[in-house]
Amino acid sequence: MIAAHWKDNVVRWILLAAASTSIVVVILIFLFLIKEAAPFAHHPGLRELFARRWNPVSFQKESFGLLPLVTGSLLVTALATAVAVPFGVIGAIYLSEVAATAERELLKPFIELLAGIPSVVIGFFGLVVLAPWVKAVFHLATGLTALTGALLLALMAIPTIISISEDAIRAVPMSYKEASLALGASPLQTIWRITVPAALPGIIAAVMLGMGRVIGETMAVMMVTGNAAIVTFSPFESVRTMTATIAAEMGEVPFGSDHYRALFWVGIVLLLATFAINLVAQKVLKRYRLAHE
Amino acid sequence: MDGHRTTRRTVAARMTALAACLFVAAVFSCQKKGQPTGATSPAKPANGTLTIKGSDTMVQLTSAWAEAFMKARPEVEIAVTGGGSGTGFAALLNGTTDLCAASREISEKEKKQAEQKGIKPIEVTVARDGIAVVVHPQNPVGVLTMEQLKKIYTGAYTKWSQVGGPDEAIILLSRESNSGTYMFFQEHVLEKADYAQATRLMPATSAIVQAVSTDKTAIGYIGLGYAVEAKGKVKMLAVKAHEDAPAITPSEEAVKAGTYAIARKLYFYANGTPGGAAKDFVEFCLSEAGQKIVRETGYVTVK
Repeated sequence: MIAAHWKDNVVRWILLAAASTSIVVVILIFLFLIKEAAPFAHHPGLRELFARRWNPVSFQKESFGLLPLVTGSLLVTALATAVAVPFGVIGAIYLSEVAATAERELLKPFIELLAGIPSVVIGFFGLVVLAPWVKAVFHLATGLTALTGALLLALMAIPTIISISEDAIRAVPMSYKEASLALGASPLQTIWRITVPAALPGIIAAVMLGMGRVIGETMAVMMVTGNAAIVTFSPFESVRTMTATIAAEMGEVPFGSDHYRALFWVGIVLLLATFAINLVAQKVLKRYRLAHE
Repeated sequence: MDGHRTTRRTVAARMTALAACLFVAAVFSCQKKGQPTGATSPAKPANGTLTIKGSDTMVQLTSAWAEAFMKARPEVEIAVTGGGSGTGFAALLNGTTDLCAASREISEKEKKQAEQKGIKPIEVTVARDGIAVVVHPQNPVGVLTMEQLKKIYTGAYTKWSQVGGPDEAIILLSRESNSGTYMFFQEHVLEKADYAQATRLMPATSAIVQAVSTDKTAIGYIGLGYAVEAKGKVKMLAVKAHEDAPAITPSEEAVKAGTYAIARKLYFYANGTPGGAAKDFVEFCLSEAGQKIVRETGYVTVK
């Protein structure tokens, strides 16, 4: 083993510090959340979090049940994914397999632009344009529903799904395509039966990363979903997501109160969900990359 | 890097260093336990900068006051923020604001917390306000009693047909729980009962106006000033204090005369008797010129 010059070691430590900052910050955020949320386990007790009602401000009885919030986030995320996946995957297929270079040069910047629009602006667009549209199309009494929120979130997830899926589809070896075409399959058959299945792990990872973005989205959902804390699986009813709850209530809550700590528990659940999704997505992506090397 | 292999020992050393950094950081943060994140003593205005935080209902009024005051006294800078009365009280308790604008009185819980932190909240009534209950202009219902309003908002009544309207489900709209308007409505109209779970909590008054003006079966409540501004878009309901009382449409005169049932005072709270720029500002708000601005922004004067 060659002994390293001390200067190299210093540089190594500096680079290690820079790279570790993200890990350190994430772990510290987690510790901070746990530290603020922990006393809740003593006083109202963790069983409170499993109640069916979220009613933190009340003269009668305060309830801190996370169930309506979790189902709200789940419903909106599931609907958004259901809408975003067809558009995203088919869009990615078009971009990587079918589109001419000129088309691709035109479409890609716009897709990036869609990803870059601030979520408040999208929320505003949802409130003023999309909600009345949803109301008219589905003959509802109001457009402030889970569906409207989900459509906005799909708008935000589609660019993510397209970008990563496109990479995955492009990475499928030419030899697969050539073999398929040589055996007499049409280009369309090749795409659907060979290329996409081969790229499937990458596409799944793309969808999960899109979901990860969607579950953490705050402003847009807060403006259009109606924020009613009910447990429902109907897209035509109002729901309250975990993110909107924290955003709406954290500002006023008295420091150190039960409500304050309950909100930190909401934060912990949200963080764990996002972590889980991202972790699975990374694992899938990694396995997929190794398989194609 | 020139053939040097990273041995397991080196990796272990680096990871240990990382863990040590984390441990130090964690210990450091634990030492600050028990100290609130804001200053423990109330922030003094830094050479003429006045902070006012709190009620969204009052934000337009406070801004109008601030603008007029700053014109007369250009050396004073005033920063006005909304966020809800609850946010204002939280800021007052954390020492991050000079004045708290509130559309409700300070609650028992907040009073207790103030005591614990050594803060003495002083209340000044600076204006009055009515809360208008609004519906879509084409909604045939025009009058409701307080009892009916309570039943609607607690979820006991779910259809307009139960209060003399068409056979449609009632869409309930409300402000978020940090709003003074929300709390006032809950205390005085719902008589401290809980809102129906299906109530849609909107992030701002403008969102309620937007929703009521487009949804025929929606009902919402907003400050009088906003209702007057949104005149063509929404319809204000006349409210009867009880079945045999006259139906009063919310207006400035009705609020001043005390005949309108859902009326409230708007306050400024300070930590201790306000001094310096804060004192001058409050005096301005209570003056002839200040109260004129109250009327112009759609609220009701104190006297």
